[in-house]
Amino acid sequence: MAGIPSRHKSVVLLAGVIVLQVVLLAVQIKRDSQGRLLRVWTVGAVSPFERAGARGIGNIRGTWSHYFALQNTSRENEELKRENDALKLRVNQLQSKAAESDRLAALLNFRQSQRDVPMLAARVIGTSADTASQTIYLDRGERDGIRHNMGVITPDGVVGKVIESYRDTAQVLLLTDKDSGVGAMLSDSRIQSPVGGTGEPLLSMKYIPTDDKVNVGEQVVTSGMDRIFPRDLPVGTVAEIKTGRPFQQVRVRPAANLARLEEVIVLLTTRPLDIKKEPVAKAAETADKRVSAPATAAEKP
Amino acid sequence: MMNDAFDLRLAESHIEVHKFRTGAIAAATLLALLLQAFVPVYFQKFAVLDLPLLVTIYFGLSRRNPSTGLLLGMVIGILQDSLSGPTVPLGLYGIAKTIVGYLASSIGARLDTEHPAARFALTIFFFVVHQGAITLTRRLLLAEPEAWFTMHLVVAAGVNAVVAVFLFTLLDRLRRT
Repeated sequence: MAGIPSRHKSVVLLAGVIVLQVVLLAVQIKRDSQGRLLRVWTVGAVSPFERAGARGIGNIRGTWSHYFALQNTSRENEELKRENDALKLRVNQLQSKAAESDRLAALLNFRQSQRDVPMLAARVIGTSADTASQTIYLDRGERDGIRHNMGVITPDGVVGKVIESYRDTAQVLLLTDKDSGVGAMLSDSRIQSPVGGTGEPLLSMKYIPTDDKVNVGEQVVTSGMDRIFPRDLPVGTVAEIKTGRPFQQVRVRPAANLARLEEVIVLLTTRPLDIKKEPVAKAAETADKRVSAPATAAEKP
Repeated sequence: MMNDAFDLRLAESHIEVHKFRTGAIAAATLLALLLQAFVPVYFQKFAVLDLPLLVTIYFGLSRRNPSTGLLLGMVIGILQDSLSGPTVPLGLYGIAKTIVGYLASSIGARLDTEHPAARFALTIFFFVVHQGAITLTRRLLLAEPEAWFTMHLVVAAGVNAVVAVFLFTLLDRLRRT
C-alpha cells in the first residue's frame, strides 16, 4: 500500500476486504447448491467439540437420572417413552390410513415397504450459528450411511431433510427454514399442497384454492410427492386460515417439536418410497385384521 | 483545524492499547463460536445472543487498531457463516462483522471504553450496525425481503448489551498486565 497515507490504510483495507466478501457472496449465489470446502473444514473442526459436549452432557444427565434420581424408575420411564414414541408413530399412520379402502390398501403396502426402509437414530449435537437459518447437526454422517436429501423424522412427525453429509456429521434443514418444503396434503379432504417454512414457528401451506374447505385443527400429512418422505407421516395441524385470492393462507403448526430436538430418526434411503397398488378388497380385509390386533402394530420399528 | 487534529492525537495518546495473553484471542473466538452453535440445542433462548459479535466488539475496542479489528471481524464472521445454514452464504456475517470490527477499533482509539455504561451503549450501537449491514446485504445482494426493524431485534440488542457488560469484564482478565 505504498503511496497511501497511513491514516487511510485501514480504510483501504476495509474496502478491499468488503469487496472480496461481496465477490465471495456473488460466486456463491451462482452455485449455491454445491458444498463448500470451508464449510467442510469448519464443521469438521467444530463437530468433535460439539460431539464431546453432547456426550458430556448426556453422561451428566445419565448419571443424575440413573443414580441420584430414582434409579430404576427413570430407566423404565425412558424405555416406556421410547416404546410410546414408536407406538405413536404406528398409531398415527394407522389412523390416517383407516378412513377409506384405497387408503387402507396404500397403508398395507406402505407398512410392507416400510419394513425394508432402514432407519437410523441420531443425536442432535449442534444448531445453526445464526438465527436466520433453521438447521441442526447430527452425530452421524457419511460413515453411517447418511446421504444428501435423506428424510429426517421423529415419532411425532417430519423434521426436515439432510442437506450436507460430512464424514461423522450431517446437517439437516428443518421444516421451518425459509428454504424448506415437503409434499403434503390435508388428511381429511386429501387436498395436496406443498408445505414450506417461513423462518417462523408456523409453516405455510401455499396452494389451497379459496373454494376448498379447510378446518382449523385438521391434520396435515405427507403426500409422498416430494419422493423423500413416504405418505401419511404427520407434518402438522392447521393453526390459522386467512382468505386470499386465488389461494388461502393456511398456517400449519409442526407436529414435531422442532424447537427442542435431541434425538431424531434418519430414513436411510434416497430411493422414492413408492406404494405398490393392491386390490382394495384384499387390502381392506388385511387392514381390518391389523387394526384389530394392536399388539402387531405395536412392534418396534 | 490544526488545533483540533493536535488535540485529537493528544487525546488518543492517553488511551491505552491492551495486549492479550498468547492465544487468548483465538481461544475466546473459537469458544464463542462453539457455544453459539452448541448451547441453543439445550437452551433455545440462548440463540438471542450473538457471542461472536460480542467478541468482535470487545477485541476491536481493546486492540484499537482498525486493520486488525476488521480482519478479526472478517475471520469471525466467515467462520460463523460456515457454521450456519444454507440460507447464510459465506460472507454475509463476514461483511457485517468486518464493519463492526473496523468501527469498534476506530472508536476504541478515540474514546475510553472501559466504563460499563459506555460498553452497554456501544454494544447496542454495534448490534444495530451489525443488523443493518446484514439486512442491507440480504436486500441488495440476495434480494431477500428482510425486515429492518422487529421487536425481537430490540430485545436482542438489549440482552446482548447486558451480557456484554459482564462478558467484557470477564475478558478483561485475559489482558497481559
